[in-house]
Amino acid sequence: MISLEGLTTLLQTWLQNTLGEPWAFAAESVLVGIAAITLFAFLGLALVYMERKVAALMQIRLGPNRVGPKGIFQTSADTLKLVMKEGLTPDGADKFLFNLAPFMVMIAAMLVLAPIAFARNFQIWDLSIGVLYVAAVSSVAVIGILMAGWSSNNKYSLLGAMRSAAQIVSYELSAGLSILAIVILTGSLRISDIINSQADGWWIIKGHLPVLIAFIIFLIAVTAETNRAPFDLAEAESELTAGFHTEYSGMKFALFFLAEYINIFIGCAIGATLFFGGWMPFHIGGWDSFNHVMDFIPSSVWFFSKTMFLIFLIMWFRWTFPRLRVDQLLNLEWKYLLPISMVNLLIVTFMAIMGWHL
Amino acid sequence: MLEELGTNDQGDMIINIGPQHPSTHGVLHLVITLNGETIKKVEPHLGYIHRSIEKMCESLSYRQFIYVTSRMDYLSSHINNHGCALCVEKGLQIEIPSRAQVIRVLMDELTRLASHLLWWGALAMDLGAFTPFFYSFREREMINELMEDTCGARLTMNYIVPGGVMMDLHPDFQRKVKEFLRLFKSKIHEYDDLVTGNIIFQNRTKGVGYISKEDAISFGCTGPTGRGSGLSCDIRKLYPYEIYDQLQFDEVIETDGDSWARYKVRVGEMVQSMRIIEQLIDNIPEGDFQAKTKAVLKLPKGDFYTRVETARGELGVYIVSEGGSTPYRIKFRSPGFSNLSALDHMSRGGKIGDLMATMGTLDLVIPDIDR
Amino acid sequence: MTKDELKIKFESLQEGLSFEEGTEWLTINIAPEEFKNFALLLRNNNELHFDYLFCLTGVDWKTHLSVVYHFSSTVFRHDVVIKVKIDKADPIVDTVCDIWRTAEFHEREAYDLLGVEFAGHPDLRRLFLTPDHEGFPLRKDYEDPINMIKL
Repeated sequence: MISLEGLTTLLQTWLQNTLGEPWAFAAESVLVGIAAITLFAFLGLALVYMERKVAALMQIRLGPNRVGPKGIFQTSADTLKLVMKEGLTPDGADKFLFNLAPFMVMIAAMLVLAPIAFARNFQIWDLSIGVLYVAAVSSVAVIGILMAGWSSNNKYSLLGAMRSAAQIVSYELSAGLSILAIVILTGSLRISDIINSQADGWWIIKGHLPVLIAFIIFLIAVTAETNRAPFDLAEAESELTAGFHTEYSGMKFALFFLAEYINIFIGCAIGATLFFGGWMPFHIGGWDSFNHVMDFIPSSVWFFSKTMFLIFLIMWFRWTFPRLRVDQLLNLEWKYLLPISMVNLLIVTFMAIMGWHL
Repeated sequence: MLEELGTNDQGDMIINIGPQHPSTHGVLHLVITLNGETIKKVEPHLGYIHRSIEKMCESLSYRQFIYVTSRMDYLSSHINNHGCALCVEKGLQIEIPSRAQVIRVLMDELTRLASHLLWWGALAMDLGAFTPFFYSFREREMINELMEDTCGARLTMNYIVPGGVMMDLHPDFQRKVKEFLRLFKSKIHEYDDLVTGNIIFQNRTKGVGYISKEDAISFGCTGPTGRGSGLSCDIRKLYPYEIYDQLQFDEVIETDGDSWARYKVRVGEMVQSMRIIEQLIDNIPEGDFQAKTKAVLKLPKGDFYTRVETARGELGVYIVSEGGSTPYRIKFRSPGFSNLSALDHMSRGGKIGDLMATMGTLDLVIPDIDR
Repeated sequence: MTKDELKIKFESLQEGLSFEEGTEWLTINIAPEEFKNFALLLRNNNELHFDYLFCLTGVDWKTHLSVVYHFSSTVFRHDVVIKVKIDKADPIVDTVCDIWRTAEFHEREAYDLLGVEFAGHPDLRRLFLTPDHEGFPLRKDYEDPINMIKL
């Protein structure tokens, strides 16, 4: 059976045989880079299209349906338009920071891609502190947002950036704590270890109620960290027109836009990995024949369908809920989510010590 | 210099909301002084869509000036026309046929329903929820089609004229209204599911944009804004015109004075409008739709004032006549203008997000304010 | 109170008021210098209690201006119209925006379009027109050769 794992092994053997060890590594790095960027572009387009179709579904209308069959080329056409548009830099802006900011956001989003396992043994970098790396690097994006808001020399942008900073810094905490719950149960920060620990059942099932609570908090925190409605205060269009990216146009705007979707994808991929076993098929401990049947579905299909399900949930939130106010947003985090996730962590630790999760 | 930097001497940030802004619903320009995210002052700058309708009316005859008034509060243009027609009829002492009266009331209530539907969707949009807008437009579209059938227009109807209405109802009118009512009733629970019961929505509106009853009177707040503060100010009840005194409906009054109260008043009013339409739709009397009037109307010398209840509050039409065929002076006391004057008072101390909720529940229509 | 009762009440409160005949609501003509005290009386008298100013406007009568106030009481539901006749060359009348706060905007509108100056108004600026606009559009002698089309 052809699998992604087989492809990569084949490629590596061939490269090493023809080029030798150091050059093969260099060639692989370039290939991985190209693959990552292609994946980015594709994901961006696909997710924007998906968002528009989901929105249309919620809003009793059709959504894009003109460019290509069912409108699937609509987002490509939009990107083409954005690429061809002039990227304006306002007169009063700090030009260097202004032009750097979208790339900062984009790079931060790209970096988090490294430890994500897309399929069995198909991972760019399985580093030993995978989950910690994700939590740390994903918050770099806030620097880009602050930069954009500050350098635009626009009051809406500044307000949006300040809101965004307050929001991401706060919600980082409960996202981190809910990730910790799984780390405690697994005993490892390595992504592959976390996935392998779910071979006899996903954490969301065998972790009982505490993991479910951790998952819900994680989902809320991811929505907030990616600045999505109902937490889209940074770009609240009815208050701040477009928030931190008010002054951006053309491709620089598109980069912010793309980064938002990549961040959603990454957040949901992490969620799928931690709580739903990543590429791990649906297994039930002891039911060997059932598990074997499940293994016939390719691991990449498992991973992407779980991730897409979580993305759909986040899109569903966006098109249903009104936006929170800035003080309500911070109250929700500091007065409710943080204490709940702390107590929850304690319970998870107790559960892990007692071995109830096995 | 300080103005250029966008701050004042106390270090507060001065920020322009509008004239082009997604949630001012038109060309309203607000200059707000902010301390952090807290609003210290809101100063409306008007006139971006001022067309001087009052001056234009001075050179138009009593039959012509109705057409201009449709453009004031374009979401309740029937009711604007109605107020003007009533004022002219008061001056001329015309009795209008009962069929015309019923048609007028029906049209008024359909307009009110359409206006509140639009407001409902737009308010949710102001608070960040997009989807309700499409739901409310689905129903509003049906009303617009009804209007198109009978009046030939969807927004600026010019249907109510001195002496009655312009033309008779479309033959399909009754059937279509009943169909609309049936559909609307089956859909109205979606509104509650989607917005009213939503905890975020309630938190965003409860206690936001508070105005006490005394202040509401002092600021001249009428319509749902006044009634949300416990002020009984429904002209249909207090100074009944046409056949409103014979109809069964309640004046919806809430006493909290916040945005949530105003929201509940408007949603309650939709139900009451439906009640009125249901009472009338099967009982449209036969007869003329227009009274016999002279070709050129001339009001006697004197002042004439009528008040009608639009979807936003009390519309006053003040005509000063010198006995000629055109009014000497016309003044429209628009509800939005007075309601807007309370905005500063209501939003001080709140956050920027609160300003949007307050503005949304005041239901401002800018051409109504600017005229 | 009905119109007649109101008239009797007003006559008992202040002497020498001139009433206008043949109007829907009781209409009182009053001089600008007496107006402020009379407005306070309207608002503060317990039997009158005119707490709701629902319309404030002006009319240009070519020889003079008049400012028209429509008052109503939300308690007793009676209405009264006050007309203040002012000189066109020196159009000053006392503000009532400290009594009825809605007057703040309505007075600015009257100032903007008719040029009535309200003494004591905290922020008397043009409301609709730009600050450098010349003339008052709702006056009968206003000319604007570009925007006004004469029929």
